[in-house]
Amino acid sequence: MNLDLALLLAQDGIANGAIYVLVALGIVLVFLVTRIIFVPFGDLVAYGALTLAAIQEGQRPGTIWLVPMLAVLAFAVEAASLLHKGAAHRLPRAALVWLVLPALPALAAWPLAGRELPDLLGIVLTVALILPIGPLLYRIAYRPIADAPVLVLLIVSVVLHFAISGVALVFFGPEGGRPRPLIRAMFEIGDMIVSAQTLLMLACSALAAFGLWLFFERSIAGKALRATAVNRVGARLVGIRPGVTGGTAFLLASALAALSGLLIGPVTTLSYDSGFVIGLKSFVGAIIGGLVSYPGAALGALFVGLLESFTAFYDSSFKEVAVFAILVPVLVLRSLVTAKPADDEEDEL
Amino acid sequence: MTALLRAEGLHVSYGRVDAVRGVSLAVEAGRIVTVIGPNGAGKTTLLAALMGLLPSRGTVTYDGADLARFEVEDRVERGLCLVPEARELFGDMSVADNLLLGAYPFRRERGFRAKLDDVYARFPRLAERRGQTASTLSGGERQMLALGRALMMRPRLLMLDEPSLGLAPLIVREIFRIIMGLRELGVSILLVEQNARAALESADYGYVLETGEISLHGPAAELLHDPRVTATYLGGA
Repeated sequence: MNLDLALLLAQDGIANGAIYVLVALGIVLVFLVTRIIFVPFGDLVAYGALTLAAIQEGQRPGTIWLVPMLAVLAFAVEAASLLHKGAAHRLPRAALVWLVLPALPALAAWPLAGRELPDLLGIVLTVALILPIGPLLYRIAYRPIADAPVLVLLIVSVVLHFAISGVALVFFGPEGGRPRPLIRAMFEIGDMIVSAQTLLMLACSALAAFGLWLFFERSIAGKALRATAVNRVGARLVGIRPGVTGGTAFLLASALAALSGLLIGPVTTLSYDSGFVIGLKSFVGAIIGGLVSYPGAALGALFVGLLESFTAFYDSSFKEVAVFAILVPVLVLRSLVTAKPADDEEDEL
Repeated sequence: MTALLRAEGLHVSYGRVDAVRGVSLAVEAGRIVTVIGPNGAGKTTLLAALMGLLPSRGTVTYDGADLARFEVEDRVERGLCLVPEARELFGDMSVADNLLLGAYPFRRERGFRAKLDDVYARFPRLAERRGQTASTLSGGERQMLALGRALMMRPRLLMLDEPSLGLAPLIVREIFRIIMGLRELGVSILLVEQNARAALESADYGYVLETGEISLHGPAAELLHDPRVTATYLGGA
């Protein structure tokens, strides 16, 4: 292997790694705030790419139907819980938050989709359609069992993954979709040719990470999310509602998933079921960072991207094997390095 | 005089074990009420139930409203605050952030950060340590931070669980001085303590909780001289 080749592989690896970084950050974020390992994360990435592809092809994307259906379900769950608590007066607000707001993007997209749209409008519509999915899934599937053990939450996540990738098959069909590249330019840096798409992936990933950092360090809402992650009882005692911070975490996760979908779509053809592997590889990256650290998850995800690209060069059939096999030494190493065993279950009052 | 907080026939059980059995108590506005009793009497459980952290039977009214349907966060928003025995600070966040999050219920109000200066004036030590993470503080400082965070919530009734636990005598005195000072702010206090003498000396009214039941109650000054109390809790007198 010569230097040129290594650089080429590294470039490819970093570009893929940038996507894994986005997804891994989302996985860590959701886990820290809610203790949920959000397995369907990758499916949302696929939803993003497929939605944009459908819009660009002048079709109505499946998410137009899916999101309002989820909104109706979420509102039903919320209404049932409010009535059970005898808080019927909060129903109008619940209808606004869980029914009207999430369905708005779908209503807006309905007349627009099906014609030739400028690229930017298509992207905005896609993000707006994907954004509500995370919080809606959270309200429907996780909120009712928010205090369940981590393992139960994980099993629900796995079930949810199969459900929504099945739904994706219904709404998007078995064929893959591939949106147009957002930008086509190529740059020559020395001997290397770098596509603008790669640079865009890197820039977006870095910007998203910086944005998250600002949110957590500077805003009271971000600090409330951190507080929930650090000490759930303490957070409740200052009036931070775990349901609200959980919803916020899922909203951010949705945004990261939509962004990842937009970025990876033009590079790899995604079909209804290919999100899972993206999510799984990002999860490996997050695990390398210990599932508790954002910088750790970002580095781990970049490492996964590089590992994948180099293994693919030697033998492409091994690229998946290598990524998942690396988990074993990583976990052994982590258990040796970590001084005290991490409690997987915090005391819940 | 109507009570700010009134519990009647409060029952709390863990599975089949009844930790609190039919407790009735009242806290009048502007007063310091203490619940003393030995380890395992159910004092912490009682406070957790009043706060809504544990399910309970019986009625709890606060400011004229039945609390049954109120979640923890609803109670916090109405000025019912708990400083728990475990402090429950945000360990790897800074002292300033811990305090700021105390004002979370008021985050939409302009100038909700202004209260920070009041708390720093009351606890100069916290001002010195504002940039440090909470987990690096000493025991006394952690208790001050927990108190300071509770003050950020603008409490009307502050429930304190063993504020002197594990602290050196000098710091205990300091903490009790601060608690007495809170009354001048119009804050009512429900104080749970094992340090019976310090608690009764600063309180207006006292309850003795033994194995989940109130065995004795009365004005704090009387309890201080009640032979049943002095023998058991004040080390004879």
